[in-house]
Amino acid sequence: MFEPVLTKDIQIPESQEIDYYLSRGGYEAFQKVIKSMTPDEVIEEVKASNLRGRGGAGFPTGMKWNFVPKNTDKPHYMVNNADESEPGTFKDRLLLNGNPHLVLEGTMIGAFAIRANVAYIYIRGEFAREARIMEKAIAQAYEKGFLGKNILGTGYDLDVYVHRGAGAYICGEETGLLESLEGKRGWPRIKPPFPALEGLFRCPTIVNNVETLSCVPLIINRGADWFKSIGPERSPGPKLFCLSGQVKNPGVFELPMGTNLKEIIYEHGGGLLNGKGLKAVIPGGSSVPILRPEEIDVSMDFDSLAQIGSMLGSAGIIVMDEGTCLVDALLNIAHFYRHESCGQCTPCREGTYWAEQVLRKIEHGQASEKDIDMLEEMARHINFRTICPLGDAAAMPIMSFLKKFRDEFVQHVRAGACPLNSQL
Amino acid sequence: MAKQATETEKAVEFSEAGQKELQALLARYPDKRAALLMVLHLAQREFGWISQDVMKYIAEQLELPYGDVYDAVSFYTMFHTRPPGKYHLQVCHTLSCALRGAHQICQHIEEKLGIKEGEVTPDGKFSFVKVECLGSCGTAPVVQINEDYHENMTVEKLEQFLKTLK
Ligand SMILES: Cc1cc2nc3c(=O)[nH]c(=O)nc-3n(C[C@H](O)[C@H](O)[C@H](O)COP(=O)(O)O)c2cc1C
Ligand code: FES
Repeated sequence: MFEPVLTKDIQIPESQEIDYYLSRGGYEAFQKVIKSMTPDEVIEEVKASNLRGRGGAGFPTGMKWNFVPKNTDKPHYMVNNADESEPGTFKDRLLLNGNPHLVLEGTMIGAFAIRANVAYIYIRGEFAREARIMEKAIAQAYEKGFLGKNILGTGYDLDVYVHRGAGAYICGEETGLLESLEGKRGWPRIKPPFPALEGLFRCPTIVNNVETLSCVPLIINRGADWFKSIGPERSPGPKLFCLSGQVKNPGVFELPMGTNLKEIIYEHGGGLLNGKGLKAVIPGGSSVPILRPEEIDVSMDFDSLAQIGSMLGSAGIIVMDEGTCLVDALLNIAHFYRHESCGQCTPCREGTYWAEQVLRKIEHGQASEKDIDMLEEMARHINFRTICPLGDAAAMPIMSFLKKFRDEFVQHVRAGACPLNSQL
Repeated sequence: MAKQATETEKAVEFSEAGQKELQALLARYPDKRAALLMVLHLAQREFGWISQDVMKYIAEQLELPYGDVYDAVSFYTMFHTRPPGKYHLQVCHTLSCALRGAHQICQHIEEKLGIKEGEVTPDGKFSFVKVECLGSCGTAPVVQINEDYHENMTVEKLEQFLKTLK
């Protein structure tokens, strides 16, 4: 039987306190690491666990850490990405609120592994409460002597700071985030150089998601084999699935990676609201390709979703019932990406603007069938033509909605109105 | 209507506690510019909004060109360049919230308060904006009022809550 490990204690009010965390074996992993392991041994253990990044791309964490050069005089930086802004995603907030010391300990071990003496936790600006909770957790860790100079006599120095964003989805993208940490607008950088070589203040930097780093103390405590034994071996581990939209019991569910999507919606989520039928599911945050009902019998892991042409992304599952107008839903998504496009690259800035305009016309029945083709064409012109993947994130939903639900778009055009009279 | 954006009543200066916090924030980074967002948050807490004078003051404190401060303020959505209402209602209208009735919440606010998105009530008590996903989609629809999240919102709950605000 699988037991939640990331979210086990989050309902308990004291779970934010360091004494509670210590009483549950907290900071043992960090102490073990700094007292008895080398940074490379930590990286090897994480590599052996097959942990893959929970921020969206599923990149192997140990491999990423290995890209940090081992022989520079420049300082290294660890950055915990708590920008959580992909629509449909709300798992990191839960960890920040309910298990802040696990988030912090993971950040600290990551910092040690990449030979960093400073780490930042970049928290989206709207999470004011979560920022206060993390500030408090950090202060408690200093009091116990887990942070600062010469930690527990090991000679290792580490400072961790909270940095708050201020309202911009693009700052979740790792290089936009680094610009924002440097006090600038969050305009993503051209890669290469990758942050591992040239990141924050032009120094070697690793950016990892909150949930990714939260897995690390567990891997150190219980071993890579334990981690690998949960779910598919090539993308294993406990996983937080975010379920929202028209389901009975929305929320975050901690389950083994690879849990069946249908099971998540119908068993854990209790099925659809008001017993309605299912029309569509977005499995990994608003940017990933949409699924039809017959496609949801799928294992929720990076490889299985890629195989059916979608993505696990941030594991933000958005459920839409038979009464949902998918043109209006896509318009809502297109509006989001238009609003959040940072404006740096022309295809994304202009493309997201026009896509929203055309979709509005279609939704209100003022478009022709040619406009539907034009919309598809526009999406293709954004995809893969921008500095960062926000352009792709904006284009993928358009292409997949049109591929799988084209009829609904055509119906709108022919009827000269929204057949469902939708108001999202 | 909101006050003129250029009007400030008193000289801009951080309180004593604010000055202390500024120094602590500067110590977090190897250069001063990196502290900018944190200092802007501090300024917004102290002054309520970010006027041109506040931007000039911060530019001096961080030894930055005014333009660098202005650039950041204009890029991020959370910094107010006009005074917001005492209670700033931020309604999430992204997909998961939209699927659970965000539209009705917005409509209710517009009718009840007699203001449209982006406006402030004449008495300065309320302002209303629509915002993008707040990262709380499992408890949709969500309304953030000043810093606090109000989740699983309904028209009735909102109505009740607004009544408690003085
Ligand atoms: C537009 C955009 C937004 C992103 N937003 C987030 C985010 O909010 N949180 C996050 O962890 N990663 C986000 N990412 C992914 C990050 O760029 C980065 O890959 C991730 O933080 C790496 O962490 P991981 O290796 O632990 O997954 C975003 C990427 C893009 C292109
Ligand atoms: S869609 Fe409203 S909080 Fe995510």
